[in-house]
Amino acid sequence: MLSKTDHDYGTPASASTQLVSVDIDGRACQVPAGSSILRAAAEAGIGVPKLCATESLEPFGSCRLCLVEVDGMRGYPASCTTPVAEGMKIRTQTPALAKLRRNTMELYISDHPLDCLTCPTNGHCELQDMAGAVGLREVRYGYAGENHLDLPKDETNPYFTFDSSKCIVCSRCVRACEEVQGTFALTIEGRGFESRVSPSAGESFLESECVSCGACVQACPTATLSEKTLIEKGQPEHSVVTTCAYCGVGCSFKAEMKGEEVVRMVPNQDGHANHGHSCVKGRFAFGYATHADRITSPMIRKSIHDAWTEVSWDEAYAYAASELKRIAAQYGKGALGGITSSRCSNEETYLVQKLVRAGFGNNNVDTCARVCHSPTGYGLKQTMGESAGTQNFDSVDHADVIFVIGANPTDGHPVFASRIKHRLRAGARLIVADPRTISLVRGPHVKADYHLKLKPGTNVALINALAHVIVTEGLVNEAFVAARCEDESYATWREFVADPANAPEAMEAITGVPAADVRAAARLYATGGNAAIYYGLGVTEHSQGSTMVMGIANLAMATGNLGREGVGVNPLRGQNNVQGACDMGSFPHELPGYRHISDTTTRTLFEGAWGVHLSPEPGLRIPNMFEAALDGSFKGLYCQGEDIVQSDPNTQHVSAALEAMECIIVQDLFLNETAKFAHVFLPGSSFLEKDGTFTNAERRISRIRRVMRPLAGKADWQITCDLANALGYPMHYAHPSEIMAEIASLTPTFTGVSYQKLDELGSIQWPCNANAPEGTPVMHVDAFVRGRGRFVVTEYVPTPERTSRKFPLLLTTGRILSQYNVGAQTRRTANSIWHAEDLIEIHPHDAEERGINDGDWVGVASRVGETVLRVHVTPRVQPGVVYTTFHFPESGANVITTDHSDWATNCPEYKVTAVQVTKVAQPSEWQRRYRAFSDEQAKLLAERHAARSDS
Amino acid sequence: MSNSTEHLVEMANDIGAYFITDKNHERARDGVRNHIERFWEPRMRRKLVEHWQRADGEGLSPLVAEAVKELAARMAAQV
Repeated sequence: MLSKTDHDYGTPASASTQLVSVDIDGRACQVPAGSSILRAAAEAGIGVPKLCATESLEPFGSCRLCLVEVDGMRGYPASCTTPVAEGMKIRTQTPALAKLRRNTMELYISDHPLDCLTCPTNGHCELQDMAGAVGLREVRYGYAGENHLDLPKDETNPYFTFDSSKCIVCSRCVRACEEVQGTFALTIEGRGFESRVSPSAGESFLESECVSCGACVQACPTATLSEKTLIEKGQPEHSVVTTCAYCGVGCSFKAEMKGEEVVRMVPNQDGHANHGHSCVKGRFAFGYATHADRITSPMIRKSIHDAWTEVSWDEAYAYAASELKRIAAQYGKGALGGITSSRCSNEETYLVQKLVRAGFGNNNVDTCARVCHSPTGYGLKQTMGESAGTQNFDSVDHADVIFVIGANPTDGHPVFASRIKHRLRAGARLIVADPRTISLVRGPHVKADYHLKLKPGTNVALINALAHVIVTEGLVNEAFVAARCEDESYATWREFVADPANAPEAMEAITGVPAADVRAAARLYATGGNAAIYYGLGVTEHSQGSTMVMGIANLAMATGNLGREGVGVNPLRGQNNVQGACDMGSFPHELPGYRHISDTTTRTLFEGAWGVHLSPEPGLRIPNMFEAALDGSFKGLYCQGEDIVQSDPNTQHVSAALEAMECIIVQDLFLNETAKFAHVFLPGSSFLEKDGTFTNAERRISRIRRVMRPLAGKADWQITCDLANALGYPMHYAHPSEIMAEIASLTPTFTGVSYQKLDELGSIQWPCNANAPEGTPVMHVDAFVRGRGRFVVTEYVPTPERTSRKFPLLLTTGRILSQYNVGAQTRRTANSIWHAEDLIEIHPHDAEERGINDGDWVGVASRVGETVLRVHVTPRVQPGVVYTTFHFPESGANVITTDHSDWATNCPEYKVTAVQVTKVAQPSEWQRRYRAFSDEQAKLLAERHAARSDS
Repeated sequence: MSNSTEHLVEMANDIGAYFITDKNHERARDGVRNHIERFWEPRMRRKLVEHWQRADGEGLSPLVAEAVKELAARMAAQV
């Protein structure tokens, strides 16, 4: 069911700029050539009855309701499948049409349960609307004939039901699964009267290939596919446009509400990032926001082994401020720092970095992009001059070659993956570079031309080999390079990659990728038309993460694949506001807008606005904070929204660092793993409870809008202001729009951004300023931001993390569709039905060698730690490689990962850890200690409740 | 060498391994020094310089040792 506020034009808009004149019911209309008659009529405000047509799908012509009469055409053509032609005279309402439509509706209704009053879509059902529109007054066939009214209801999916008795077999769900989502999980089973919608081969929805994106539910014109929350709560009475709080796609949603209760999250058809599509997380997994685990009162304690005491906000601020001041006085102001998350809004991260720089008096502020895309910021700035991706998502529609490197979009960025698959089905070619056989490599109607299945840790060797082919086979776009790039750096780079040492044949022993495949892929990338690179954490989370990002930029510059639609270098940001958190000056070495803290002009600008002196020295990065804590020089931390204990590598090292600190302030929704080491807990607010903005992977700034009051009474930006005020640094804003106004006044790429403009335009891609008042969809169009593109020599340096006899396998980590990051949100939803625990994937060959069977418990030991996981034996991973996720804290995936990091940014090398896997029968020593500590913390939290009831 | 100093040495050598590909030796050395200045918090720089002074740069690659020597001189000049 579409949102009540959506207007459905019936068929997709035509992209043609040529206009055609037609006459519809005596009204002269001009519409783009290629439009359907149905669309032309809708655009003219003329409603034509329809059931199988909807704007998000190609016309199908099966329901026979949208029939029209056209002068000169025989019969009654379906208006959805008939395109307009110049001079066409169309009639949509005639006695003959009315009779035909009534007859058709009569047949539909004769096999439909007449339970409208108790139906979840009562009042918002297209079938009901059409019965009214055609004036159906009787069903001459009666209801006693053969029908489908007793068909069982499939309620296996946790989020929606499938009631086949209400199905009119319009195929909208089947087509949505194919055309919009690209999963092809649904089909029409049987023929004629026996035709029914079926998930996969007669399986239940839960058992089927369905990925629960909700496209079918949205497309359904009846109550056949209905959200369980809609059935339970009834229909919403208002809706608010907001932005999803999950991945870096940043989908726009309509939060459909009953008062302050969310009934449904419906993807916004006008959403610029998602165009009406969604995934299982954004569409359905919002229940965490009101989960019983939410902590809604501030709490303090002296020691992490003390019970929590619930206090008022003022008491919490006073205690936190006094502790921070004590630490600064005792150890120096460099002993304090702050960390934010990419789950925080732009305004929130801006305020935290302002508090640290201006209030704490140092630059010890970092954000979780440190552990994911910090190499993107460094690498793209070095080569092109801006720390951001070059395109908008829509650009992929113009790509002829799509090159996915170290990313798994169907799991990590599912809505954009659907766009990729759509483009591939239209004929674009695909290259995948990944150690695993990700879903994109081979799926329904999608097949990679080349899967470069490299060994973990050899990205740079591969990119150099690709560049070698392009240079030595004369595939460089010399005109582009001459016009747009530096001569000297190009010449140096060219000489470097042309060295036979970088040839695919020489690199084959390192990468494990057949040289012929590398050569063919390079030729395709360089000569296949518009070629676009999309990459993820499989590029950045390596000891050479920054080098690889620069290698990617080299490749795009050398082939001229920059500065226009269909091409580009596109980092797929893991979380919703990775780009935004970085933009907001959350790294310790730079102020908002990626300007180095040592730059006197920029610093003076901020000093003037903030009324303080700023240190010109870079601060501690997250891993440096841990080292400093263990050294005894870092004692106080303000951590907003980030769970460093679960998400950062070498968990035992992180835990030891936090235990060595004296005041940890955690601001979060839940008592997460980091909060177990905290002394002050400030209850945060979910994205539904506050106003603000997120910036997605395409630099698109979108509003989040408050739909309910904060459960704890305060939005996160207010908490930071209050804490700053308690510390004696004044911070007063009445609304996040005022924070954005300050950001805009201080940041050249944001000068044109305001809440008012965001409301007018829907979203804005920065840079947005006098040169680009409505934003910048594609960057580097006429020139690179830095002037001329800079080629960088990218010598392959093997990671120090090597396999050995003791640790013969390489572990690489990643994520899956249904869970999100540390899982704090999705683990508190029904999404866990698909992924209830982290599994370790191992190749059948390696499993057999170790006597391991699917489902066994195995010990996974690295040089820094050991954990125990259940095993999944699968050829998705190559021999010698194992893979796991980190969504559950008790899994301890990061107990195994090491301190090795990117040379430039300290981004951890999550993707390469030498391990051994052995069959075991009991949890690891770390897991036993973790369980004991977690039990203790749960008890201390529970005692907090007892203290409250006693008082 | 303490664990944290060892870690700094490893980090500095990783930076050196990137810049050493520059055939212009002075530029490579300055690249290492500049990177450490722009991205390392002062107490990390001080610790590295102290290690270079105290242990004669034990564990540092030659290029990085040169860069740290230059870094030490610049830090001394600032005092």
